[in-house]
Amino acid sequence: MYSREYEAMEREDREQLQVERLQMTLRQVYKNVSFFRSLYDERRIDIEGVKSLEDLSRLPLTTREDLRKSYPYEAFAVPLRDIVRIHSTSGTSGIPVVVGYTKTDLNTWSSLTARVLSAAGVDGNDLVQIAFNYSQSTGGLGFHYGAEKLGASVIPVAGEEVIKQARIMKDYRTSALISTPGYALHLASVLEEQKITPEDLNLRVGLFGSEPWSENMRHQIEEKLKIKAYDNYGLSEIIGPGVAFECSERRGLHVSEDHFIVEVIDPETLKVLPEGEVGELVFTTITKQAFPLIRYRTGDISRILPGSCPCGRTLRRIERVSGRIDDMIIIDGRNLFPSQIEALLFEIEGVEPHFQIILDRQEGLGRIEIQVEMTPDFFSFDEVRRVEDFKEKIQNQLISRFGLHAKITLTEPRTLGRTGGDKVRRVVDLRED
Amino acid sequence: MLRIRSLEAGYGKLKVLKGISLHVKAGEIVTIIGANGAGKSTLLNTIAGLVKPASGEILLQGNPLEPGRPDLMVRGGCALVPEGRQLYPSLTVRENLILGGYSLSGRRGRRRSLDNLEEVYRLFPVLKERRNQLAGTLSGGEQQMVAIGRALMSEPDFLLMDEPSMGLAPLIVRDIFSVVKALKDQGKTVLIVEQNARAVLEIAHRGYVMETGSLIMEGTGSDLLDNNEVKRAYLGRDYKEFTD
Repeated sequence: MYSREYEAMEREDREQLQVERLQMTLRQVYKNVSFFRSLYDERRIDIEGVKSLEDLSRLPLTTREDLRKSYPYEAFAVPLRDIVRIHSTSGTSGIPVVVGYTKTDLNTWSSLTARVLSAAGVDGNDLVQIAFNYSQSTGGLGFHYGAEKLGASVIPVAGEEVIKQARIMKDYRTSALISTPGYALHLASVLEEQKITPEDLNLRVGLFGSEPWSENMRHQIEEKLKIKAYDNYGLSEIIGPGVAFECSERRGLHVSEDHFIVEVIDPETLKVLPEGEVGELVFTTITKQAFPLIRYRTGDISRILPGSCPCGRTLRRIERVSGRIDDMIIIDGRNLFPSQIEALLFEIEGVEPHFQIILDRQEGLGRIEIQVEMTPDFFSFDEVRRVEDFKEKIQNQLISRFGLHAKITLTEPRTLGRTGGDKVRRVVDLRED
Repeated sequence: MLRIRSLEAGYGKLKVLKGISLHVKAGEIVTIIGANGAGKSTLLNTIAGLVKPASGEILLQGNPLEPGRPDLMVRGGCALVPEGRQLYPSLTVRENLILGGYSLSGRRGRRRSLDNLEEVYRLFPVLKERRNQLAGTLSGGEQQMVAIGRALMSEPDFLLMDEPSMGLAPLIVRDIFSVVKALKDQGKTVLIVEQNARAVLEIAHRGYVMETGSLIMEGTGSDLLDNNEVKRAYLGRDYKEFTD
C-alpha cells in the first residue's frame, strides 16, 4: 500500500479524521465561497450543527449546474494568487466547470494517483505510458505526477499517432498503460495490424478509466494485450483521477475516504440510500483547498459494496460505475442504460465493444438504432447470411430483455466517432423536445 | 491518545469554542496555532479539565474525561504546562519541581519523585545549578524550563503546553523547542498551543489552525509552513509579497 497509515486505518480513527476534515472544509466554504454561504444562509443551515458524518445528509446537494453559475472562478475558496493549476470539465454540453488547485492540492492529488497506481502493482521500476490527453482534462497530468512520485519512468504519448504509440510501446518496453478502456482496445487492434504480438511487448498492467466499461471489456483487453487490467474512478470536479481505485482483488473500487466522503442517493427522491443499493454517487471533498465541494452529485450510477476487502484496506468500495444518470435513455416510457446494451453485445460473439445508440422520432414514436462496429475477421468472411444472423440475434435479445424494437446497423471497424484518447459518444439523441 | 469531537465551551454566555474536533496520536507532537483570542488557551484548559465543556466529547486513551477533574487528568498520565509558567516565585527551583510530583505518594512515590527530579536535571542541567535559587529570580527561559520540568515530575505520557515561547528571546525559544523534540524521542506525546507559528511548525508533526473558536485547517508542519494563508496570517510575512 502506498499510504498504509490511511488506507488501512481503523474505522473509528477514519471517522474521526473525516469529521475533523469535514468541519474544517465547511468552515472554509462558508467563509470563502459565496455560493455555499448563500446556499446555507437561505436555508438557515448552521454549519456548526454538523457534528457527525450523519449530519452531512442534512446539507443540500450541489450540482454541476450550480457550479456553472460560478464560472469561471467564483467557487474558488482561495485567492487566485494561491492557485497554481487550472483544469476544467469538457463542457461539451454547456459552460465548463473550472477547477483550481493550490500547491497542497497538487501534492494531495499526486499522492492519490500514486496510491491508485501502487494498488495496481505499479512501482518505481515501471515504464508508464500515458495516453490520456495532457490538456484541460485531468487524466493525463493527474496520473503523470502520481507515476513520477512513485519513481516510475513516465512516457507521455497523448497526441502522438496511434501507430507511433504502438511502436513506442514495443520499442520503449512499456510495462504499464494508462488510457480509456476504449483506447486500449483501439491500440490492441492497431498492434494486431502492425503484426506486433503481446509476446513482443513488456506490457503487464493497464489502468483504465474516465468512461464506463464492463467486465466483458476487461476480459477482452486482458485477452488481447495479455495484461492485468484495473479500473479506476475520478472526476475533474472532485480532483480528477484518484477518487477510487481497484486493488489486486479487483472486486470493487476503494474510495480514498481520507480525502472524500462518499454517499449514494436516490436520484429521484434525493434521499441517502443504504449500503448496497444502487443510486447516484455523491462526493464531499474534505482536504481540497482551492475547490472544495460539499455533497456534489456526480451523475454516475453505482453502489457502496458491503463487507470488507481481503486486501487489508479498510477504505469502503464502490461498484464499477455502470452508467450516468443523464445517459439514461427513456424511450417510449422505458428506462435503458447504454451499459445494458454493451453487456448484451458482448455476449454475442465477434462483436467489438464499440457501438453507438441513435435515438430518433418518427411520426411521434421513438425510434432506436444501434450501430455496431464489427471486427476485421468478421467482414472478411463476406457472408451476407452470417451478418443477417448476427443482427437478428441482437434484435431478438433486445426484444426479449428490454421489449425494445431496434434497428441494428453494422459498420466497418473504427468508423464510429473516436479520436486519440477521447471517448466514444455512446448516445446520439436526434429527438427534439 | 487524544480524540476530541465537536467540543463547545465558553465562559457564561460567551461561546469560545465552537465545535472543535481534533486528534493526537501517541508519540505525535501536534500544535494548534492561531492569533490572540482565537480560543487556544480555552481549548487547552478544557482538555486539562479546568474549564467545563458545554457539549462535545473528549476521549483520552479511549476513555471519556470527567469534566472539571484536573486531578484525574494528572493521574491519567496527562500534565499541563500552563501559559505564563505559573511558578511559585518565592519557592526554590527544587521545591517548585517537587510540587509537580504531588500525585506520587508514599515511600515508593517519594523515591520515584527523586528519580524524576534527577531526570529533569539531566534534561535541564542549568536547573540543577540553580536548584536552591528562588524561582522568581530566574530568567524567562529558565522559568519555562522549571514549568516543563514540573509537569514532567508526574511522569506524564501526554504533555499539554500553553504558549511555551511566550516572552522569550528567539534563541531561548529554539532551546525550549529542542527540549520538546527530545521529549518526543522519549515516547511522549505533546500538544502545544502556540502563537509563534514558525518555530513550533518546524518541530511539530502536524498542526491545526484555529480562528475565532473553530479549527479551519490541518496539515503536516511543513505543509502549513508552506501554506500561503498561514504565511499571510501567522508567519508575519509582508502581505504585499502575496498581492503583487
